[in-house]
Amino acid sequence: MAVRLTKDWIPVSEVLTSLKGNLGVFQFANVQREVVFIGFAGGKSQFGLKGEVASALEKYSDIAAFRFEITTAYHTRYRELLMAHIADHDTLPHYNEQITLGRLSPS
Amino acid sequence: MKLEMTQEQTLITGMVRKFVREEIVPLELNLDPDADELDPADRDRLIEKTKAMGLYGLGIPAEYGGPDIDLMTSTLIAIEMSQHRAGLYAPCYGTFGGAGLAQLFEATDEQKEQYLFPTLRGEKRGFFGLSEPSGGSDPARAIQTKAERDGDDWIINGGKLWISGADKADYGLVFARTDKDKGRNGVTCFIVDTDNPGFHVRRVVHTLRSAHYATELQFEDMRIPHANILGEVNKGFAIASHRLTRQRIPYAAGCLGVAIKAQEMALEYVPQRETFGAPLSSRQAIQWMLVDNEIDIKQATWITLEAAAKADNGEGFRKEAAMAKLVATEAGGRVVDRCMQMFGGLGVAKDLPLERWFREMRIRRIGEGPSEVQRHVIARELLGESLR
Repeated sequence: MAVRLTKDWIPVSEVLTSLKGNLGVFQFANVQREVVFIGFAGGKSQFGLKGEVASALEKYSDIAAFRFEITTAYHTRYRELLMAHIADHDTLPHYNEQITLGRLSPS
Repeated sequence: MKLEMTQEQTLITGMVRKFVREEIVPLELNLDPDADELDPADRDRLIEKTKAMGLYGLGIPAEYGGPDIDLMTSTLIAIEMSQHRAGLYAPCYGTFGGAGLAQLFEATDEQKEQYLFPTLRGEKRGFFGLSEPSGGSDPARAIQTKAERDGDDWIINGGKLWISGADKADYGLVFARTDKDKGRNGVTCFIVDTDNPGFHVRRVVHTLRSAHYATELQFEDMRIPHANILGEVNKGFAIASHRLTRQRIPYAAGCLGVAIKAQEMALEYVPQRETFGAPLSSRQAIQWMLVDNEIDIKQATWITLEAAAKADNGEGFRKEAAMAKLVATEAGGRVVDRCMQMFGGLGVAKDLPLERWFREMRIRRIGEGPSEVQRHVIARELLGESLR
């Protein structure tokens, strides 16, 4: 499995049709296709990815696209994506709050 | 032979039980079911409590400022500490501290200054790097990571797999082959700083486990000073082997705690839950599951405590530790599985901790040496030279 999420971006207008109630991780991008937020739908998320993505979209006005990955290992995958982002950009995505993370240097 | 706890053990385990039930479990209600960390403010607050209880730094020898608790009492505490959702791999979310890497108690004075003491003060973290993609149960042969002498340094190349905590560590103990012809006598333990340019954490290894995920490491021409060898050249296997044996006892204890808690939940649930006009507890099928659980828990508990007692008495405990690890991990798996069955749909939902315990308990039959390797260790101890 690739460390970075490389799936195609999906326009935010397709949230309701693209997502179901699965557990998993997701990324938001702005119009420049820069990752600005990484989130997850976990055991406490109502309606899984569908609910979590929809609710996160309400918080941020400049989101142009999203992509997701269905996984029951959402907790470790979420951290891995954040660490990979830091490895590539030296910082967390713009809308992610600071949390304690390790260091990753993916190939 | 007295099969009862001392007054001190009763007092300490009672304190820990109260701490888990009143401090840890309520916080978990608001955490993600797969969480492995507390909010930092809660963690700091609870660490102050465990320090006030005199139980912070479990496993640290008294001469280094630890609470001077024997392995038997530590085992009884470990059984209590794991009785919550994250308890198998994050007992009490680390609020009791820990000894870090016990191998460093045998380090040189300089190494202790640089690595051990900062770890005990909570300023540095270490990881234990033994397993490789080629295997983990037979490190004497499976270790392919290579260290070659270059003047006053060693150059390490290779990789490690299933390594917990390496991404957050400041240093680690890395076992590498220094003599390819000598099997277990050709392995050396190096203390490696993680800011070394040749050190890489390549990925998180996603498993059934939610907490303390494993990582894959790669070493590329990693230059390590000779002074960073722990112990002696080609004597690393003994360091690894001692750790693996001793670690099996608390590993077993964690499984017991979860099994005890799962059984407690089932005993509370089955008299309340009715099917076809009668409580589940009136059904013989359910009663037998509870009975089998109780027997599994008791057997595994005594075997684990015997291993701890032998270790405390300075007797050989390799066989007993292997038996404890084998029996407790397998019994724990059976108990959690039966409890899920009794809870039905609720048992597999994330509303209850059973599904997390089920996933994580499955790993326990593999981690720290799978059941088959434990049986091999026990057979070797029983048969001795005749097996070789």
